[in-house]
Amino acid sequence: MQANILTTEQIRALIAKGKLKDAVFKAVGIFCLAIALLVIVLLVSDMVMKGSERFTVDFFMNFASRRATQAGILSAWVGSLLVMLVTALAAVPLGVAAGVYLEEYAKRNWITELIEINITNLAAVPSIVYGLLALGIFVYQFGFGQSILSAGLTLALLILPIIIVSTREAIRAIPAMIREGSMAVGATRWQTCRYHIIPYAMPGILTGVIIGLARAIGETAPIITIGALTFIAFLPPVPYTTGTDGVTAGMFDWVMSPFTVMPIQIFNWTSRPDPAFEVNAAAAGFVLMAMVLSMNAVAIYLRYKMRKNIKW
Amino acid sequence: MFKFSKLVSALAVAGVALIGAQSAQAQVIKIDGSSTVYPITEAVAEEFQKAKKNAIKVTVGISGTGGGFKKFCRDETDFSNASRPITKAEMDLCKAAGVEYIEMPVAFDALTVVINPKNAFLKQATVAEMKVLWEPAAQGKITKWNQVNPAWPDAPVKLFGAGADSGTFEYFTEAMVGKAKSSRGDYTASEDDNVLVQGVSRDVNAIGYFGYAYYAENTSKLKALAIVNPKTGKAVEPSAANVENGTYAPLSRPIFVYVKAKSLQKPEVKEFVEFYMKNAAALTKEVKYVPLPASAYVGNLEHVKKNKLGTVFGGHNEIGITIEELMKREAKM
Repeated sequence: MQANILTTEQIRALIAKGKLKDAVFKAVGIFCLAIALLVIVLLVSDMVMKGSERFTVDFFMNFASRRATQAGILSAWVGSLLVMLVTALAAVPLGVAAGVYLEEYAKRNWITELIEINITNLAAVPSIVYGLLALGIFVYQFGFGQSILSAGLTLALLILPIIIVSTREAIRAIPAMIREGSMAVGATRWQTCRYHIIPYAMPGILTGVIIGLARAIGETAPIITIGALTFIAFLPPVPYTTGTDGVTAGMFDWVMSPFTVMPIQIFNWTSRPDPAFEVNAAAAGFVLMAMVLSMNAVAIYLRYKMRKNIKW
Repeated sequence: MFKFSKLVSALAVAGVALIGAQSAQAQVIKIDGSSTVYPITEAVAEEFQKAKKNAIKVTVGISGTGGGFKKFCRDETDFSNASRPITKAEMDLCKAAGVEYIEMPVAFDALTVVINPKNAFLKQATVAEMKVLWEPAAQGKITKWNQVNPAWPDAPVKLFGAGADSGTFEYFTEAMVGKAKSSRGDYTASEDDNVLVQGVSRDVNAIGYFGYAYYAENTSKLKALAIVNPKTGKAVEPSAANVENGTYAPLSRPIFVYVKAKSLQKPEVKEFVEFYMKNAAALTKEVKYVPLPASAYVGNLEHVKKNKLGTVFGGHNEIGITIEELMKREAKM
């Protein structure tokens, strides 16, 4: 009994020991965080310093060239944006619908389990595998060729699991009473989804979509596999305009246009003999990073804005 | 917000539905293939589009000589860049698909053996010495310079070379070791030549090889090693002049562009070929390759005019062939 009663001194020592551990963990935590931050700061500042002389309007408005100082990223950033547009148009409806179905409609049985496990696994499949699949299906089977459409659909497949999973997470976070309340006043399942579940899940879904797109925009391997180009000095046709070649473009001609994307342009510049192209690569790397960061910023802003509107 | 997502899905459906109904597309000249030939073709494409005020579109991709021929023989591209002649297997592929082509050498690439500029003992090397250094039997055994030549110091050898998938690797091993793709494996291999440039420039005892352009752009960081020409016995440094006069042998090789015969019926493709051959000499120099003699470009145009189909190599590479010999030979499909 006597041994269990601690003196004030002993208690203080115990507390001090506990606090020391606390402080040590805090220091380790800060150190780890600092490493992560340092890496990104070094990376960005290195690119900015190397690439600073290329941050001109010309760099954004010029096509690729054999002369480093004249070479720009026009076809690359336009290509990246258009591919992302197709990716979003294809992946968002499919992914959200699949997520809603799995959460709200599907029966809980072994088939659903199997599907769930497979979707989670799909998210871990190396992107090059999607490229090979797309080369066979989109490029040759469907005859889409080496086009923006093929690239967009390939990346859509790649981010589909991310969107499905984030849709489901977002739906699960909605309290069951919302669903029950809606059903209680006689709404059908579809009406419940349409007026309650999807609007409330939207912030989470959007976050998933943007994170998916941010991953897709940096992908190189599947895009190379399906045949993105390295030198392309023209833009996809603008709908209903007549190009320099005298051909008037239809509404959807641009999706069949050949293209290049930012990561491929960067890769090409880093592997060229002339060291002056390293400057271009650094500048383009920074632009790509800025694109990804601003996409993330949009996601955060939208989430914040939509959460404010939700009142339960 | 929900309206937005409805609009999005409607657009997606419309998009997929309308793609079937394609309208007339602009003519695009499609080129793909070797990364070695890429800088030349890119320069020509850039100038051609400028000259035509963008009325004709040209695209150039990089999928390697082999990857390029795959697409070429599937009838997907008009031109194929190649850092080696077409192989027997590729010829068969093309034949099966009914793709006929004309072979056009467009420039020389001099494979350059480079050393660190601070290296004082290496002035020249013979093919035999390079063989001792690079053959598969050297793996793990030849690790010091004096094992290759007793006159050289007792210092470690640091080797840098091309990755096993590249045409450069294939040609270098065939020319130096005597058999294509036969090399020791214990060296720093990279498909990215800039990695090799960095490696050699940082180590006094390093030796490496890659295309001449990478040396020419980095002469302050590297020194080119003179290689003894086995025919004359004289050590020759890689330079534009020595490649042109044929003394830099056996490491200089012609590189090619193959054009599909069917595509040549299109006026814009024919125009592109003519533009290529007229401007190749100047543009080749600008991207640090060595141009062929003027007669070769004229010869190529002549072959196009006469529709001289096929390759003059018969499906396998040759070491140390001169351009004059090349132009005189009879091509075969």
